[in-house]
Amino acid sequence: MSDAPKSLLAVDVRTKKRNAAEARFKAYGLGAIIVAVLALAILITSVFGTGLSAFRQTFITIEVPLPEAKLDKSGVRDLSVMKKVTTIGYKPLLRNGLLAAIDEAGITTDLSKKDIAKLISKEAPATVRNFVLANPDAIGGSMVFDLLANGRIDGFFKDRVTMESAALDDNTSPEALKLARDLKEAGIIQTKLNWGFLFAPDASDQRPEAAGLGVAILGSLYMMIVVLVLALPIGVAASVYLEEFAPRNRLTDIIEVNISNLAAVPSIVYGILGLAIFINFMEFNQSSPLVGGLVLALMTLPTIIISTRASLKSVPPSIRDAALGIGASKMQSVFHHVLPLAAPGILTGTIIGLAQALGETAPLLLIGMVAFVREYPAAYTPDAGLFGEASTALPVQIFNWTQRADPGFVERASGAIIVLLVFLLVMNTIAIILRRKFERRW
Amino acid sequence: MNMRDTAQTNDEISIETGAEMHMDETSKISAKDVQVHYGDNHAIKDVSVEIADKAVTAFIGPSGCGKSTFLRCLNRMNDTIDICRVAGEIKIDDEDIYDKRVDPVQLRAKVGMVFQKPNPFPKSIYDNVAYGPRIHGLANNKAELDGIVERALRRGAIWEEVKDRLDASGTGLSGGQQQRLCIARAIATEPQVLLMDEPCSALDPIATAQVEELIDELRKSYCVVIVTHSMQQAARVSQQTAFFHLGNLVEFGETDKIFTNPEDPRTESYISGRIG
Repeated sequence: MSDAPKSLLAVDVRTKKRNAAEARFKAYGLGAIIVAVLALAILITSVFGTGLSAFRQTFITIEVPLPEAKLDKSGVRDLSVMKKVTTIGYKPLLRNGLLAAIDEAGITTDLSKKDIAKLISKEAPATVRNFVLANPDAIGGSMVFDLLANGRIDGFFKDRVTMESAALDDNTSPEALKLARDLKEAGIIQTKLNWGFLFAPDASDQRPEAAGLGVAILGSLYMMIVVLVLALPIGVAASVYLEEFAPRNRLTDIIEVNISNLAAVPSIVYGILGLAIFINFMEFNQSSPLVGGLVLALMTLPTIIISTRASLKSVPPSIRDAALGIGASKMQSVFHHVLPLAAPGILTGTIIGLAQALGETAPLLLIGMVAFVREYPAAYTPDAGLFGEASTALPVQIFNWTQRADPGFVERASGAIIVLLVFLLVMNTIAIILRRKFERRW
Repeated sequence: MNMRDTAQTNDEISIETGAEMHMDETSKISAKDVQVHYGDNHAIKDVSVEIADKAVTAFIGPSGCGKSTFLRCLNRMNDTIDICRVAGEIKIDDEDIYDKRVDPVQLRAKVGMVFQKPNPFPKSIYDNVAYGPRIHGLANNKAELDGIVERALRRGAIWEEVKDRLDASGTGLSGGQQQRLCIARAIATEPQVLLMDEPCSALDPIATAQVEELIDELRKSYCVVIVTHSMQQAARVSQQTAFFHLGNLVEFGETDKIFTNPEDPRTESYISGRIG
């Protein structure tokens, strides 16, 4: 103990310790943030690194002859007859078109004709067939098509497939890649923006180049509509009742605790519930957006109720007093004053709940939305309705693609993740904008 | 004398007798043996009071003495508190306001209230004042509503300050202006009684003076009941004063008498600053 008078210029031991503790705490906080930002950066680089290429696709531009003798022997352009020519019948036409193009460009190759035809995607004959069935008048002439290149060729131009890997691959060969490179120099093969990725339906395991997100995006959209239409009104009504009208007693306490618990229930449990009630008991169509939307609405309800109640609570009681003091009824005070003031919070909570539902996978797996859906759901069918046809959803499509064997699906899955992230980002931005716009001060 | 003159004279006479009757029957609000319980807490004990019409009655007393609670009984604002129970009898114009047939919504249109903290709605000044008349259907068209709003704002002594910006938000006004807006809002529904719960406690001295002046003006048309912490304010604005202490109504009478010659020693201690 020193008896010397303390100088303000010298820092004593206790103060030093406190300052050190503060500096340490700041360093921990900064460290935590750096780790979080790094993790996010790594995630985003890896997803974008592998996924961005899904938005570009390799096409082979060739002129395909459409001889009447092969496509419509009868010559009457009867669709039911023309449909009898399957994609197998179209395949030789594409091969001939490609061979002619190679000849014309003066490119030589050691590959057999069969192997040359493998450059074109298995999806391409269907493209041509659909065109012919839609435009029967084109038969007899020839037509220039942008046809999908095989996934391996596409991979070669995206640096996924190399000469070394092709040598070990049954589906392609170094010679095929060499030919593809020559064709690219001749301008017959190009890599272009790929709208098909956003609008085309899913494709089979053999054709990663043709797989698209169209059905998944549509399915997710339908589900979000169902969720919004069901969960928002029910959630807001329930929270307004609980917060403003319900008496405080044991029963409402129990309800409150249960709502909080429901928010913490694992989402897969909702899937089981949906399977048991909506599919087994109510016999809705399996893997339909209706059932998916119902399940997700159940899952989103607690989120909406909790955030709505929080924003109702944050409206100052003086506003309620003011309305009641003038002689407004309870309901008028709620609907004229409290609810409008709580609206930004309710909207934000709803959009965040929707974003959560949009990214949810587990419950959808249980109600069969994981099924491979090749066709767009029809907009409206008499027995299934608008939302009753089998569909899939974005997160489930990602899950689905990550399980496929063909390496082409790796980039597809990452691309789908980018699409999902963009949707979530847009929704969160809308939530922020709405909050900023409607925020009131008092 | 022709017929018309006679009628006029009769009219004058009836007006006079009306005024006289008024003088006789001055009590607007009459409370008898009012008990208020908050759960187990007995907040108001046996309060009986007669509140005069066309006069300002002040409730004074230390914090927690029950004066605000009693005020809120007069327009049944306590109904919104689950644990609050009110017993006894409160009559306004000889009608028991706790009768089962009374709808508190109608009661509150008749008994307006101004709160401690200015609480304008986060809407325009016009909408703030027009809200009450709108929900009670007092105006048939826009012109009538405009008239009601202007009259209320004039009576609230704020018309001159806001007439050019009726579309501006009510929350953008200064504290004193907000409180006068709230008073204007309360009188727009044509109440007969105006309850004020410490209307000046959140205001600066200048705004307080303006509001007090307004209260004095309002006395001519309404039965005003004001709760206040400031004894000077009670002395300045009120004709009658009630002193509450620990849930009891200790003393009630002419303001002058309470402040100069109180009967109860507790009142004397409070106004001289020894308790409270």
